[in-house]
Amino acid sequence: MNLRKVTAASAVALTLALTATACGGDSDSGSGSGGGGKVTIGIKVDQPGLGQETPDGYKGFDIDVAKYVAKQLGYGESDITWKEAPSKERENLLRRGDVDFIVATYSITDQRKEKVSFAGPYFLAHQDLLIRTKDNIKSGDDLNKKKLCSVTGSTSAQNVKKKFAPDAQLQEYGGYSECLSGLESGAVDALTTDDSILAGYAAQQQYQGKFKLAGLNLSDEHYGIGIKKGDTELQGKINAALKKMVDDGSWEKAVKANFGPANYDFEPAPQITEQG
Amino acid sequence: MTSVLYDTPGPRAKARNIVYTVVFLAALIAVGWWAIAVMADKGQLDAAKWKPFVSDSRVWTTYLLPALGNTLKAAALALVLALPLGAVFGVARLSDHRWVRGPAAAVVEFFRAIPVLILMLFSNEFYATFTDISSDVRPLYAVVTGLVLYNASVLAEVVRAGILSLPKGQTEAAQAIGLRKGQTMTNILLPQAVTAMLPAIVSQLVVIVKDTALGGAMVGYAELLRSVRTMSGFYANIIPSFIVVAVMYVVLNFLLTSFAAWLGGRVQRGRRSSGKVLTAEQLEELESVGPEPVTDGKSDG
Amino acid sequence: MFDFLEGYDLLGAFWVTVQLTVYSAVGSLIWGTLLAGMRVSPVPLMRGFGSAYVNVVRNIPLTIIILFTAMGLADTFGVTMGAADDVKTRVFRLAVLGLVAYHAAFVCEALRSGINTVPVGQAEAARSLGLRFTQVLTLVILPQAFRSVVGPMANVLIALTKNTTVAAVIGVSEAALLMSEMIENEAELLLISAIFAFGFVCLTLPTGLILGWVSKRVAVKR
Repeated sequence: MNLRKVTAASAVALTLALTATACGGDSDSGSGSGGGGKVTIGIKVDQPGLGQETPDGYKGFDIDVAKYVAKQLGYGESDITWKEAPSKERENLLRRGDVDFIVATYSITDQRKEKVSFAGPYFLAHQDLLIRTKDNIKSGDDLNKKKLCSVTGSTSAQNVKKKFAPDAQLQEYGGYSECLSGLESGAVDALTTDDSILAGYAAQQQYQGKFKLAGLNLSDEHYGIGIKKGDTELQGKINAALKKMVDDGSWEKAVKANFGPANYDFEPAPQITEQG
Repeated sequence: MTSVLYDTPGPRAKARNIVYTVVFLAALIAVGWWAIAVMADKGQLDAAKWKPFVSDSRVWTTYLLPALGNTLKAAALALVLALPLGAVFGVARLSDHRWVRGPAAAVVEFFRAIPVLILMLFSNEFYATFTDISSDVRPLYAVVTGLVLYNASVLAEVVRAGILSLPKGQTEAAQAIGLRKGQTMTNILLPQAVTAMLPAIVSQLVVIVKDTALGGAMVGYAELLRSVRTMSGFYANIIPSFIVVAVMYVVLNFLLTSFAAWLGGRVQRGRRSSGKVLTAEQLEELESVGPEPVTDGKSDG
Repeated sequence: MFDFLEGYDLLGAFWVTVQLTVYSAVGSLIWGTLLAGMRVSPVPLMRGFGSAYVNVVRNIPLTIIILFTAMGLADTFGVTMGAADDVKTRVFRLAVLGLVAYHAAFVCEALRSGINTVPVGQAEAARSLGLRFTQVLTLVILPQAFRSVVGPMANVLIALTKNTTVAAVIGVSEAALLMSEMIENEAELLLISAIFAFGFVCLTLPTGLILGWVSKRVAVKR
């Protein structure tokens, strides 16, 4: 009968677990100062082509832009701390200084500009549909009576229903990748969100030739780099870095490397509009 | 193999059982074959979708193992925090004072009546709105808070049932040697009840582990189920990822269940105290108002 | 004070929760009874299947099972539950299917422990009358077993009511999905949470009380 030993052991394990988490909590507070040789950048980790965690580190267009900008600001790749920035959390992360800037499919809108500032834009995306290669959807009307897949609570699906296809049906999942198997098998007819995100999926080796973009341009999304509200100094530096990235051809190289296989008809680099 | 429910099969019954077996087996094989055929047809059995799990150890080190660690962390924290809280409420429900008993009962019944998911959604939003907890750990806090609120109230019932299962003589003997009520509880009743409750507590851990998956799906905690999304974003193999993760849950929980059963047997064999050993099933029956469970070695086949 | 509720179909969402609960409860009762029958049957293969089913399903998170009905059964296997063109109906039926598959395992276990409480003499008497296994089970054992497990069944039903919230992960527009939508768009977090908590207390507490009373009424006096 060694229950007393079991109890003692679990008590030790308990204490260890508690101290471990306590330490984990403490070590977070040091980030966000910037300039101290380290930089923390907010990104997406589950969007192939834009920001995706892979066994070889993070990959994607947003990551390439972030790396380039960080380099221009004087940080090497080893000085970057990556941090997941879920869509809902982006304003909070910047406000609290948990990250120095965010490169995560972050559209510049007036509503968001009340809480944060932007640099850029560095990319112009459109809301679009991802459909099977053999299907044809030429306008929003074609979408009526079709089954549309999107992410729970996302505005893009609501947008389509309201403006183009009131009779379209909506299947909602927690993430875009859950929609893909349904799209592949025909259980849903289209997946809607920004064309850059869709191109990322279409460009994946396993899906090549199966999906295509409908090319509908349902909206304009100017991707900016989110920064703390009113930080004009950082904004100027990032804008200069983005301009240099476009001028020296790295921008186009990054776009082609990440979206190339999708035959994505991307827009040329947008003019930088966010100043002061 | 002998059961009270049916006679030992004679020649005709044996033949009939063989027919049943063959028909049932045929049905199982048909369903299995259909499933495999459809999966192969839809390309879900392609080597490319499964290969990463066996040939690329980095799948495990990048996605699955850290996520499994997060699942275990949330579950362990939840259990560790819920236990003392549950003990307090369980003992409070047995108090002699109505003003202690009443509120404790109300709290326990309230949190048992509300879905864990609702508790998690609430705590996540609560921490976001009213506190300054970093967004790194907030999902963990939300998941653990939701689990603690619910499981503490379940464990309160476990503790209460454990103490009630002790013979009345224990309390009376303690009173006879002049122990006060608090001393009786801490020195006599709780130590014996804890041994009796251990298997039920481990069984509750299975429930906690399963419920962490809710945090991944709805609150964004980076646990095992959540890792499917990141992983399949890269390998484009969402169905195989789901199957692998489901198997991991089954293995993990099966180990916990077996541990609970082993612990139950051990406690029963080596017991010096006089209380019963509570298993999860008996516990459910103790909670309900039905007749006392009679489980005296009757065979069920 | 309650004007933020405008534009949200609160009662509709809870109605979906109730429907999910009722359909799944009936389904789990039937499938769970069949499973329990298999677990005590004379055919070894059925016993094996029954216990394998229960042990696997009980150890998988419900979230995975529900997601699998939508992504696996519907999207991959093309099982659309007779609603290929109506996504709303389809996810609802799939959610019911997932809930039934999961809770039947618990119903089966409750019923099996109920079968254990029926005295051996009952089965022996039935057999000596010449009844076959199915007759022993359906005429003598199960009616008594059901009466003794009303309490544990009530616990399964309450758990089921609460677990319908998991259907939110495949977009069934029930209470939890509405709540997550509301707390994202509205500021009254505490009030909204209180409303939903109250809604669930209203659903689960009477279930427990009524079935507790029923279980006392129908219990076999021995």
